[in-house]
Amino acid sequence: MNLSETVNTGYFFGLVPLLVFFPIAGMLFNMIFGGKMSEKAIGTVASAASGLTFVVAVLLAYSLSATHGELHQVFLAEWIHIGELQLDWTFRVDTLSVVMMLVVSGVGTLIHIYAIGYMHEDVRFKDDVRRFRRFFVFLNLFIAMMMILVSGDSYLMLFVGWEGVGLCSFLLIGFWYDFNILGQKSTENAEAGKKAFIANRVGDFGFLLAMFTTFWHFGSLQFDAVFESASHHPDPVVISAITLFMLIGVTGKSAQVPLYVWLPDAMAGPTPVSALIHAATMVTAGVYLVVRSAPLYNLVHSTSYIVAMIGAVTALFAATIAVGQYDIKKVLAYSTISQLGFMVAAVGMGAYVAGIFHLATHAFFKALLFLSAGSIILGMERGHHHLAHGHGDHDDADAHHDEEVFDPGDMRNMGNLRKQMPVTFWLYMAGTLALAGIFPFAGFWSKDEILLDAKLHAEHYPGVYWLLAAAAFLTAFYMGRQIWMVFFGKERTEVAKHAQESPPVMTVPLMVLAFLAVFGGALNLPGSHALTHWLEHTIEGVHAGEFDFMVAGVSTVLALIAIGISWLLYGKNPLKAGQIDPLKKPLGFVFTGMENKWFVDEGYGAVIIRPFEKLAKFLSIDLDWNFWHDWFHNEVVYAGFQGLAKFLADPVDMGIINAIADWLAEITKRSSEKLSSLQNGFVRSYALSVLVGVVMILGYLLLK
Amino acid sequence: MNQADFYSLLPIIVLTTWSALLLIVDLFIDDKKKGITAVLAAAGLALTMGLTLSQTGQTVIGFNGMVILDGFSTFVNTLLLFSGLMAISVAYGYIKRRGIERGEYYSLILFSIVGMMLMAQARDLIVVFIALEMLSIPLYVLAAIDNSNAKSEEAGIKYFLLGAFSGGFVVYGVALVFGATGSTAFAEIAASIATGNAETLLVLAGAALILVGFGFKVGAVPFQMWTPDVYEGAPTSVTAFMAAGAKIAGFSALMRVFATAFPDIAVDIAPVLAVIAALTMIVGNVAAIAQKNIKRMLAYSSIAHAGYILMAFAAFANPALRDDAISAGIFYLVAYAITSFGTWAIVISLEKEDGKGLAIEDYAGLGRTKPLMAAAMTIFMLSLTGIPPTLGLIGKLYLFRVVVEAQFMWLALIGILTSLISAYYYLRVIVIMYMKEGEPETVSESWLTFTWGAMAVLTVVLSLIPASLFAWASGALMK
Amino acid sequence: MGSQTPWVYVGIFVLVGLFIPIAAIAIATFLGPKKPNAIKQSTYECGIETVGDSWIQFKAQYYIFALVFLIFDVETVFLFPWAVSLNSLGIFAVFEGIIFILILLAGLIYAWKKGMLEWA
Repeated sequence: MNLSETVNTGYFFGLVPLLVFFPIAGMLFNMIFGGKMSEKAIGTVASAASGLTFVVAVLLAYSLSATHGELHQVFLAEWIHIGELQLDWTFRVDTLSVVMMLVVSGVGTLIHIYAIGYMHEDVRFKDDVRRFRRFFVFLNLFIAMMMILVSGDSYLMLFVGWEGVGLCSFLLIGFWYDFNILGQKSTENAEAGKKAFIANRVGDFGFLLAMFTTFWHFGSLQFDAVFESASHHPDPVVISAITLFMLIGVTGKSAQVPLYVWLPDAMAGPTPVSALIHAATMVTAGVYLVVRSAPLYNLVHSTSYIVAMIGAVTALFAATIAVGQYDIKKVLAYSTISQLGFMVAAVGMGAYVAGIFHLATHAFFKALLFLSAGSIILGMERGHHHLAHGHGDHDDADAHHDEEVFDPGDMRNMGNLRKQMPVTFWLYMAGTLALAGIFPFAGFWSKDEILLDAKLHAEHYPGVYWLLAAAAFLTAFYMGRQIWMVFFGKERTEVAKHAQESPPVMTVPLMVLAFLAVFGGALNLPGSHALTHWLEHTIEGVHAGEFDFMVAGVSTVLALIAIGISWLLYGKNPLKAGQIDPLKKPLGFVFTGMENKWFVDEGYGAVIIRPFEKLAKFLSIDLDWNFWHDWFHNEVVYAGFQGLAKFLADPVDMGIINAIADWLAEITKRSSEKLSSLQNGFVRSYALSVLVGVVMILGYLLLK
Repeated sequence: MNQADFYSLLPIIVLTTWSALLLIVDLFIDDKKKGITAVLAAAGLALTMGLTLSQTGQTVIGFNGMVILDGFSTFVNTLLLFSGLMAISVAYGYIKRRGIERGEYYSLILFSIVGMMLMAQARDLIVVFIALEMLSIPLYVLAAIDNSNAKSEEAGIKYFLLGAFSGGFVVYGVALVFGATGSTAFAEIAASIATGNAETLLVLAGAALILVGFGFKVGAVPFQMWTPDVYEGAPTSVTAFMAAGAKIAGFSALMRVFATAFPDIAVDIAPVLAVIAALTMIVGNVAAIAQKNIKRMLAYSSIAHAGYILMAFAAFANPALRDDAISAGIFYLVAYAITSFGTWAIVISLEKEDGKGLAIEDYAGLGRTKPLMAAAMTIFMLSLTGIPPTLGLIGKLYLFRVVVEAQFMWLALIGILTSLISAYYYLRVIVIMYMKEGEPETVSESWLTFTWGAMAVLTVVLSLIPASLFAWASGALMK
Repeated sequence: MGSQTPWVYVGIFVLVGLFIPIAAIAIATFLGPKKPNAIKQSTYECGIETVGDSWIQFKAQYYIFALVFLIFDVETVFLFPWAVSLNSLGIFAVFEGIIFILILLAGLIYAWKKGMLEWA
């Protein structure tokens, strides 16, 4: 660590390795000493590690602004030096990476603190307190990996972080690997983790291909070197290939069509994980990747359009599914996919600043929403706990029935929680209004900027604006639906009547997030465009768009209409216990589709997974065992040998030599049978396979 | 014999003498104190390793050009001696527990290593063949050493029959090459081919037959069929040694012979190697998915890894890439040896009487009962798959780079696709360990624990500082 | 080894070598009278009728004795020429021979100690 340099120059670039060092140190500390520490101490250490990371990020931001946003590369160690491939572990400090560092470590720290309270209760409801420490170890590891991802100076370093956060995601989705969401013993969560991992591997495959092509064509993986040679010799075919392969990686990590299916299942992880990894930070890595690779995307318009369309289609598609969900976290999950679609659409259209702006504000309000949802779920759990171990006066059949299977996250079990959990209610409202894009909340400004860009570039990117506007309308609608169902009307279960508010360790971080969700728009207000000017040091050709009252007006009116309709459907006549969704009747089979996620999982099952399983079974059972072992070895080789022996014995030998040979053949046959029982009969055919190989190789070489 | 001759083979001479003496000394060691034999064998290996390392950086040709001491042989011999030490470390408690503890066990390992080391130093086809037999015969005996167990005997017989069969091909190949070039010395063979004096078809046929013999030793498709049966039947400690040692020796001979004796026909041989590599990766990885027994699964996995290393070989046809291909190959061998010994040590820890405890299902619950062991196993499985932060990833990275540079894009693609497939069965072990309920019984034996613990640490730590290790491997070039 | 002519002779030699035994068997088969009976059709082993299964167990000691014998037999084969030309080979050959004998001696000690020379 170049502390002396820091002292000399007055800037803090030398501190950048601490971004990785602090969370790793926190992790190791908890791993080694955590066994004997109290939960509070463990949580404090982990939060402090994350908090110090945030401090470093702030110092870096200060240093950058003092040096006019110039790129700084900090060399740490030699990494891989073979042939042409020269890679070092170098940290890249520029305005883009610093924005990511600030968002990740800032939101991350708040979630660490929140998790102290959340996990304290969660491990007790699930009855395994030892996992408290493990949670924080994983969480710190995640922060470290995310830092590696955003601070890497080459695609390969980025990939190390990319895989690292994927691993953390896998570990944390399957955190309660032996429970399902209802608290029963089951491997559902583990399956969800596996699904996430495999879907991401498909994406990583694309990313790897992109890296191979990059290295093959440009001879380097270092960002500047790649962009430099790309701008000198723009070969549209190669760059299209690279950017399209990269897009596969983006659809995996950032949950875009068609690889988004893992994200809703990922909600199996504890709620702080959903907030941190699967809403605020990791899933935005794909957006970051596209922005980072902006010089490549700028060169090929067709790919950019594909990116924008994938984002826009995802935004609308996921929003329709969110309308039909009943689980409070599932709604938010599909909403996250939809919002990621907004960001991907934005960066696809070259509106990099709008994408990053929305990334930041979304991190604030979606983390807020998820954590509030966690607070609601825990509140319901507390109510449920209270009833199950009741104080004697709750012996009605309902409560006992609930004890078996009770889903604390199902919105149909809630209602009128405004009364029981007032703090959470107000926090949730702040997040909802931000997400719905109501003036002057943060989401209004960032979403508006994306819509504005879509409108401005409509001739180059036709259709994107309409898809996004429709998605924005649905966003306001499903959030309205959620608010009415959860906080208003009448309690639909006993449990909802006994829900309890969460402690300050959980609500205080939420208030900070709520503050950001309300005022986060200040980052890039029209007129000042602070974020645009900050990022223009790093991304070429960004420009501050003019505020357009038409666009803003239309989207605000749309949002208000959507909320109004949701009030008519869910607010005016609140849902009663057991009542089916009022949308079901007018929409009919369309709503059934929404409820069932348009049967995409089933479709993948039928089109990809089952045929793949069949193929594997076919290869192992039919081809390898039945065909190769049973048929080829036993029938062809063994029977062939026997047949040959018979042929030699009967017509050939009998005719030419006569009975002595016949007798010898019999002996041969019998001893071959004896030998075969001794050696399983297959050594011969193993040798035959060697011989076949020899003949084929020789044949190829000699006849070539 | 002059001093240079003596010096060039010094470690081998010392180890041969040591193992012959060990065989005699062992006769006078009480049956209950065979641990002394193990310690003596390990001491011999350590001494030889010291001698080998002291020769680093030297190049000596001995015995009228029959053998050579160079950076490559020093590196490979060090790795072989390391494998020998690990083989003794995993065997020590295991053979006692299984009741097959005999002094000869250790001597046979030493003899086999002598053959392997000679293989790495050979500079003449006759020496290659002698080395091949010297390393194989002790392995046949070791595979059958549990002679009260029919499966072990069967493994020994099978290995012997097929080994002799493929050995025959090597001799035939040597004969053809001799017929075509009039020599068995690598340098003269290469010179004869380069000047166009040799009959090309005969040389090609001879080289192909020699390739078959080595292909058998490393378990390349379609010469792999013995692998699952023998790996499963042989005592697990022997399997561990075979998986690493025989593979290292086979590949080092393959590299030595093809890089120094046949460089000018590499263009003809490379497509054959590429197809064999592709088939090996596909068959190994696909067949492994269906396995229920961990030894069989690891056998197919070892086939698959042989395929990855062969992939580097396809690249050696390009003279500019020859050195890169060789260093990537031996680096991968190091990664594989370390990971595989760790894995086998854990398999041995779980193995019980009568071959029980070897089903993959038997690993259920290991994550809870033995968290450290399960963590080590996780590291090994990740390393075999090629997921960071493990040595396996770095090894694959170097390999794929060479293959891509050699313009074998389709081969690299197959390599990536098959590693994707392999993730399925390696991750299954992890899933079973952590996510299934079970009460696995394990044996705690200090040397075994040391082996898997140390290998796990090496797998991770070396992956963080691969550059220095790779620099050593890159220095291990043939002269 | 440039010329191909020596190989022509080798080829002719192989062909002749194959022809002679085939011709001998074929001529005998065609010319010989065939009057088979049971006794004629039985395998000739040693003049005594075969009894029981040919797969029987016998003492492995035979093998070990044979192996040990073979080793020392070969030793003599090597040592005779060595002893005869020792003068012209020099001091190096003396040590070489001694090492050879020592290695075989180690084998003998091993076999002895393992009880392989005892017939029990």
